[in-house]
Amino acid sequence: MAGKTLYDKLWDDHLVKQRDDGSALIYIDRQLLHEVTSPQAFEGLRLAGRKPWRVDANIATPDHNVPTTDRDKGIDGIVDPVSRTQVETLDKNCDEFGILEFKIKDQRQGIVHVIGPEQGATLPGMSIVCGDSHTSTHGAFGCLAHGIGTSEVEHVLATQCLVQKKMKNMLVRVNGTLGTGVTGKDVVLAIIGKIGTAGGTGYAIEFGGEAIRGLSMEGRMTICNMSIEAGARVGMVGVDDTTIEYVKGRPFSPEGETWDKAVEYWRTLHTDDDAVFDKVVELDGAAIQPQVSWGTSPEMVVGVDSAVPDPEKEADPIKREGIVRALKYMGLQPNQKITDIKLDRVFIGSCTNSRIEDLREAAAVVKGRKVAAGLKQAMVVPGSGLVKAQAEREGLDKVFIEAGLEWRDPGCSMCLAMNADKLGQGEHCASTSNRNFEGRQGFGGRTHLVSPAMAAAAAVTGHFIDVRELLN
Amino acid sequence: MRAFTQHQGIVAPMDRSNVDTDMIIPKQFLKSIKRTGFGPNLFDELRYLDEGKPDQDCSNRPLNPDFVLNQQRYKSASVLLARTNFGCGSSREHAPWALDDYGFRVIIAPSFADIFYNNCFKNGLLPIVLEEEVVDKLFRETEETEGYQLTVDLETKTVITPSGESFSFEVDDFRRHCLLNGLDDIGVTLEDAETIRAYESSRRKTAPWLFNAGN
Repeated sequence: MAGKTLYDKLWDDHLVKQRDDGSALIYIDRQLLHEVTSPQAFEGLRLAGRKPWRVDANIATPDHNVPTTDRDKGIDGIVDPVSRTQVETLDKNCDEFGILEFKIKDQRQGIVHVIGPEQGATLPGMSIVCGDSHTSTHGAFGCLAHGIGTSEVEHVLATQCLVQKKMKNMLVRVNGTLGTGVTGKDVVLAIIGKIGTAGGTGYAIEFGGEAIRGLSMEGRMTICNMSIEAGARVGMVGVDDTTIEYVKGRPFSPEGETWDKAVEYWRTLHTDDDAVFDKVVELDGAAIQPQVSWGTSPEMVVGVDSAVPDPEKEADPIKREGIVRALKYMGLQPNQKITDIKLDRVFIGSCTNSRIEDLREAAAVVKGRKVAAGLKQAMVVPGSGLVKAQAEREGLDKVFIEAGLEWRDPGCSMCLAMNADKLGQGEHCASTSNRNFEGRQGFGGRTHLVSPAMAAAAAVTGHFIDVRELLN
Repeated sequence: MRAFTQHQGIVAPMDRSNVDTDMIIPKQFLKSIKRTGFGPNLFDELRYLDEGKPDQDCSNRPLNPDFVLNQQRYKSASVLLARTNFGCGSSREHAPWALDDYGFRVIIAPSFADIFYNNCFKNGLLPIVLEEEVVDKLFRETEETEGYQLTVDLETKTVITPSGESFSFEVDDFRRHCLLNGLDDIGVTLEDAETIRAYESSRRKTAPWLFNAGN
């Protein structure tokens, strides 16, 4: 019998019941909650007279609607009354049901996908859900983690289980070593560029190979985070020393004998040598350039040394029309060089790239330089209060501020512009976030997805530039 | 949940691939704490020429005349015909809520994004996957014939055209069962409460760190 993949092992360990009709009940170890996708779920519980199955499996925090300035005012700092009601509703629901919440003034508040790992509330081998598609982030720890809808949030609250059908197994192997200035973000954008935004639909993707093994946990989280942009609900990386080292000593991590026992189990969380994947995709890590998205879908991405594609050269009529529409929306010309794209704003943040390593990489580029004159704004939004504090201990805040970037408070911010941080119509933004959809960062806004280092390089030059030119 | 057995309705063609959930319902409308009322803002940025705001009366907003749902012939459509990877991106269930609130009951496409597909079933909305060639044919017929209607039968898993041509589709037995009977799947899962408890107590022994409430 062939060995098991990591996904097979995680599935088997969480299987409560396999039903005759092919569906299964999967036990959920951890649910993360935020203010946008939970109010209707709590309301559903109330209407049905149900209680949470296991209160301590849940952790909540407001992140999407929170302002990134004036945070000392707490909830009163939220100007938009609709946003404010949503955050207040989360507070009320968590208080009523006894759920642990890092409220707006708590230093542990932050983007859900940053605080889970930071607190050790994300542990290897866990099954994790959240009403947010970027829950795949937690797969970096060898977790079975995926985004769910609000009805499923309610289902997990009420039953601690999720109804699932097993997905297929895909391995994305990135061979070789990455070049200087090439990060996890560039790797995942290159993967999406290769397999497309529906390439992973129906699959659980495991990321492996030398280049992935060589990444820090932050880099791995960035890659798993964007699995959904490749169509896969689940992305993961097998457990190794890097994983275990990261988890040690965090508030929710086990200690003493339990730690030893946990580590023993965690060491088994990798794909067996003789396991068979339904699909394997290979990339040469050494060939990956710093990436820049030019269009309105994450698969519309190229290396910084390339040009905007020419729709005339696309044979497939539906794809050609897609390119034409994207170029029109983005205000770009066919064959225009990526380095000729001028920028209005720069956003460094989001659940994809707002962790300490991301901020360090961006700071290294802007240190001793100034934000380009033509830029309207360049902002840095740390992923959590604790990331912010750590960055300030390292003096990164001063580096950013001296260079002319704004140093903000934690939240989802301009990734989806549910708070006050947004793009104006027609503005181009170098963004470390995950989606370049039409209107995503503001009505008529034009998003270019890049790594923190590339965003920083764009901030100091006012256009895209290969960050390696600034690092030399 | 509202049951779905059979539906007949006008078809509207949404001729673009990779329609994402940000496009179906933009973020500013996600601030609502309700499940209803999203219909007027379905496809907001495509449908109107101005920028939409939450709790706004949409009846006087300038409509985009080029957008398909604004054409008179598709006004009462309840079947949405779409292209590949429909519903990609964000997991927001507000997307199926908006489609439902607008009046759609069925979405037909060559492929759907996983989370969106799953969310539809929780809301009495039926997503149907048909072969790309079949979808192409339905697009042609819809555009050629004003008032074009399709009949969808979940019992027999078929889509029937006005000329009587019939196409069968696949749907998971469990999802079909819940939809046909309008079942609350939390109730179905709780029938297995004992099994869940047994799994949980065994895990507490073998993996106690999973039940750590924090230091």
